[in-house]
This record gives sequence, C-alpha cells and structure tokens, in this order.
Amino acid sequence: MAKKLLLKLLVVVATITLIAVGCGNDDDDAAPAEPAPAPATEAPAPATEAPAPEPEPEPTEAPMDDEVIAAFVFVGPVGDAGWTWAHDQGRRYAESETGATTLFVESVPEVAEDFRAVVVDFIENEGADVIFATSFGYIDPMEELAGEYPDVVFEHASGFKMNDTNFGNYFGRMYQPRYLSGMAAGAVTEANQIGYVAAFPIPEVLRGINAFTLGAQRVNPDVEVHVTWTSTWFDPAVEGDSAAALIEAGADVIAMHQDSTAPGLAAQEAGARWVSYNSDMSAFAPDAFVTAPVWNWGPYYTRIIDAVAAGTYSPGAYWGGMDDEIVALAPLAADVPADVAADIDAVAASMVDGSWDVFTGEIRDQDGNVVVAAGETMDDGSMLGMTFFVEGVVGNASP
Amino acid sequence: MSEDALIGLFVATVQFGTLVFLAALGELIAERAGVLNLGVEGMMAMGAVSGFMVGLETGSPWAAFFAAAAVGALVGGFHALVSVVLGADQVVSGLALTIGGLGLAAYVGRNVVGERPETLFTDLGIAGLADIPWIGEIFFDQPPVVYLAVLLGLAVWFVLARTRLGLALRAAGESAPTTDTAGHSVMALRSGAVMVGGAFAGAAGSFLSLYMAPGWVEGTVAGRGWIAVALVIFGAWRPGRLALGALLFGFTLALQPRLQSFDIEVLGVELNRISPALLGILPFVLTVVVLVIISWRYRHRPSPAPAALGLPYRREER
Repeated sequence: MAKKLLLKLLVVVATITLIAVGCGNDDDDAAPAEPAPAPATEAPAPATEAPAPEPEPEPTEAPMDDEVIAAFVFVGPVGDAGWTWAHDQGRRYAESETGATTLFVESVPEVAEDFRAVVVDFIENEGADVIFATSFGYIDPMEELAGEYPDVVFEHASGFKMNDTNFGNYFGRMYQPRYLSGMAAGAVTEANQIGYVAAFPIPEVLRGINAFTLGAQRVNPDVEVHVTWTSTWFDPAVEGDSAAALIEAGADVIAMHQDSTAPGLAAQEAGARWVSYNSDMSAFAPDAFVTAPVWNWGPYYTRIIDAVAAGTYSPGAYWGGMDDEIVALAPLAADVPADVAADIDAVAASMVDGSWDVFTGEIRDQDGNVVVAAGETMDDGSMLGMTFFVEGVVGNASP
Repeated sequence: MSEDALIGLFVATVQFGTLVFLAALGELIAERAGVLNLGVEGMMAMGAVSGFMVGLETGSPWAAFFAAAAVGALVGGFHALVSVVLGADQVVSGLALTIGGLGLAAYVGRNVVGERPETLFTDLGIAGLADIPWIGEIFFDQPPVVYLAVLLGLAVWFVLARTRLGLALRAAGESAPTTDTAGHSVMALRSGAVMVGGAFAGAAGSFLSLYMAPGWVEGTVAGRGWIAVALVIFGAWRPGRLALGALLFGFTLALQPRLQSFDIEVLGVELNRISPALLGILPFVLTVVVLVIISWRYRHRPSPAPAALGLPYRREER
C-alpha cells in the first residue's frame, strides 16, 4: 500500500517537473519581455572623480588577443524591467559597439561565496578580461578578487571601494533626471499632491526625493510631495498598496524609488498618474505613465571595454551625469504641456553644459532652515551624505 | 485623514487578510493532521508563478486560480512523500520545500518575468450592497477570492468539527497509533491534509500574482508564507480564531504605509513618526505576544497544539 502510494507520488512529481521544464523552455529565445522589477540593492554612491577611462598604459594588461571578454554579474533577472534590465541593455549596447564578447549571470545573491564562484568561473573557464558587478552587496568579495586576479579589471556599480590598478567603481547622478521628472509631475498634478513610494531613507533615496520635489516646485510652487517608506526594495504587494494608500490620501501622481512596477499598476487602477524609475516602464501602465528617470549604462560599459582592449584602463570612482548620458529622462507623456516640455529641455541642457545643477541655492529644509545659500551649489560630498528633506516634502527623513 | 483613506485602510486589511488567511488555512489543515509544513512560502511562490502563467495563457483568472491550487497540491505532495510516507524530519523537509519552491518558481517563471498581466481578478461590486456607504466598499466590492476564502473557512471548520473525516484527521494529529488502531490510514489522512493544504497555499499565491501584485518576479511572495505559518499558532489551530488573526495581521500590513500619511496624535505620539520598519515587525511581535498568552493560559492544561504535531508515524515502531 505504502509502496503504491509512493510510486504514484513519484510519477506525479516527475510529471510536474517535466511540465515545468517544458513550459520554461517554450520561449527561451523570446526577447526579454518588457520590464518588471528586481531586487537591486542600491546603496551609498561613490565619491566623484573625472570620468573613468584615462590613458595610463599598464604592462600587465597587454592583451594577447585583441578581443576582450566582458562578464557581468547581475543581482536580479534581466527581464525585470528595472535595475538589472537597464544593466543588460547596457551590456548589449557595449557588445554591439565594441565587438567584445559579453557574458552574464543573473540573480546572483549578494553572498560572498556565490559571487566568488561566479566570478572565478568567468575568469578561469571563460577567460574574462573585465568583470562588471552591478549590486552594492558584492563590494567585499570584489575587493578580494581584485587582489587575487591583478590581470583582470573589476568594475563595481554603486560601490565606493577601488585600488590603483584594476578595481574601480561607477554610478550616475540620477538626481538630475529625477529633477526633470519632477517638473513633468508638477505640471500634470491637479491636486498639487504627489505621492512618492520610497524604499529606505538612505542618502541616495533622499537625494532623489529632494531633487524630484525641487523640480516639481519649479513648475508648480504649490506642490507637496508625500513620502511613504516601504522598507523594501522589492515587494510588489506592499509597494502597490503604498501607492494606493497615497492616492486615497489625495495624491494624483505617484513617483517611486522602488524596483517593482506595482506602484504604476496601482496608479493606473486608481486613475492616477505615474513617474516610474530605472527604465521606461510605459508599457506596464500606459494611461498612467508620465515619464521616468532612467539608467543608460551602455556608453560607460563601452568606454571601459575599449580602454581594456587598448590597454589604457585605469580605475576611477566615476559619478557621471546627464552630460555623460549615463542617466537620462524617458520620453514625456503627450499631455505634458509644451512650455513645460521646452523648459525641461532647457534645464537638461544646462545640466549637460554644466552651467547649473539641481542643488543650487537657495534651498531650505523641511523646517525652513537654509541648507544651501542663494547662489551656492552643494558639493558632491554633501550630496552623497544627504540626510534631510527639502521644504515641500511631507514625510519623515529619518523614520 | 480623509474618509477615502480610512475606507482604503479596511479594504486593504481585508485583502491582505484574505491572502494570509488562505495560506494559513491550508497550513492549519496539515497541522491538525499532525504535519508541520514550513514550505508554505515555497508553495505560494509556485502557485503565484504557475497561476500567472496559466492566466497569461488562458486569459481566465479562475483557470489560473485552480491551476495554482493544483500545483500547490503537487508541491505539497512532495512534502507528504518525504515526511509522511518516508517519515523524514518534517522541519527539514518543509524548509527544503521553501528553498526549493522559491528556486523552482524562479526557474519556471524566468520567461514571464515582466510580462504585463492582461487578465486579473476584478472587484465583484455586489449589486445593491456595494453602494452602501463605507460597508459597501469594504465588504461588498472585493475580488471573488475574498468571498471564496470565507466559504472555504466555513467549510474547513465544518469538516474538522462536524464530520467523521474531520474527526479522523484531528485524531491523526493527536495520536497516530490510536487512529491507526481505529482502522484509518494515517498515511492517507496526513498526505491528503498536506496536499489540500498545499492547494490552499498555491491558490493564495495566485491571489498575489493575479490581483494584489499583478505579475511575476522572484521575491513576489516576500515572506507572506512565513506569516501564514505564524498565523496558525496565533489562531491556536482553530479556523475562527485564524480568521480573526488574519484580519489583525492584514490590518498591520495595511497600516504600515497608511500610518505615515495619517496626521494623528495618540497619547502625545505623532503616529506618522513611528518608524515603518518597526510597524513592519508588528505581525511577528503580535505572534510572540499571543504565544506567551497561550502558554500562560494553558499552563495547567494541554496546549492547543495537536499533540502529534511534527511526529512521523511508522506502524510497529515505538
């Protein structure tokens, strides 16, 4: 009796496995679907320096074959529409620009052993010349591996560690397109209340909320930005519900610093508008979508791969902005007024030519204290350590 | 705080409550039969991904819901095979199910990550009743799964408390040898309970991917399976208390984002300044508090937990 049951169960389990595998393979070669989110752990941004590739030939780097093999370690699935999707777009772009071979592994946990195993395999078995790692949590094993493999270049997104020979870090001034997206949001809100679904109160997120708010106030001085903390990077149920709660409380536009698309689906459901993040997520909530501050990693990856191929790589702590195209603004919805769209273009141009930046005074914090005096511009160190909310944000900067 | 916001709080309470109630009800069935299944998280993930895939394929949320239940039952069947039939440690097998289920779900669903859901459950809007102020929106304009969960809760209570099958199931959870002696197959009862429990967890997963957080990506379940396991203890293994507990847990989940925008002061504390991270641990704090209360109240009596919970049964083995 027991044996029969056991056999039956085994058959059943084997069947599901087959079905599962079958389904899984069906559209293997379909292009990675449009975006959805990933557990990207973004964190402290790097210190600033000049853009990376600076000629300084290295003897160790002399490539025997001129084809570079670039390997990418991703923290989420490439189909996530968010953080990892954007990095994968960058990988594809760099591959077509440089002719280099690129490799990648998805969903690598931020666990030292897992990361190490993937990277060692890339180097030992695939002959990788350069490793791009795209999540903050890889920082320590990355530093160790950079010491163990001096002939391989290591580049770490969102990190802050580096060395003088083969280990650099890179990130982007996302606050710039955040400001521009705030201008669009400020123009489309009718309630003058914008909800901002935010992950964790770290400087990167606070900087984004402040920049967004300043942008919204530029076109609409009466606007308020209400912040809800989710304490998650990726939990669609909570993030969607947080957006719904902000809309119930009176907001008619939702912005976000999350990796899921759930806030957008909630906004669309409630007839509100949505400023997404990471990538152009308009396909998910076409009626709600206003615009998005997006990542554009391709040009940076191309430059690094070219430098490695030429033997001219030298590590830096790169924090590029609109001028380098590493960050950008997605296309605007049709109902953003033409004069605001023109103003957005003009402001973007001033960011690109360096004549103006977001945190230029006078800026006051929530309590009305002047944090940046008129005519002054906040330095990078202060931006990277930002801990306050600007006037007009409703919420708690240190919950 | 506006009226909309307050209604929204209770609407979300019912929905989060339904989500954890369905999964916890399944776990309750398994535990009442004597099998602890810590694989709820994994079964929910498998239900969420398979339900979403079937929904994409067929365009029918109900087909998706029942497919998710079937997959949940099959995944639960794995736990039954290992821990009931083969008598392996239930904790280890359950944990393996969670880890394996999450991994398999990620694998199975890798090509539908980011697909845009077209077919979802929609709110029912029961004619006449949904228009009642306040009550209407909270109780009579919810997705059908909410009402189904209520019916399932009643059904589980009825079967466990009022039928011979329920008696046999409960007996298997209290004393397997006695049940065996009475002529019932402990193995069949327990395996059946675990598989039905898996079906409930799978169905709960599809409520996530087809309504609450439409779509599929790894991490969608986000710990709700563990809340379900805690909820069974919270409910002292009784469906009625489980329902109350689920609403309370649902309330804490719905409160977390909303409290931040409510400008109210209670006893000199501005509620919107309470850390959301602290609010996030509220369900678990509640569970510990209830555990303490239960162990205090039952200090002179047998605990409400099924006596044979977690103990494998092999005939002729003492």
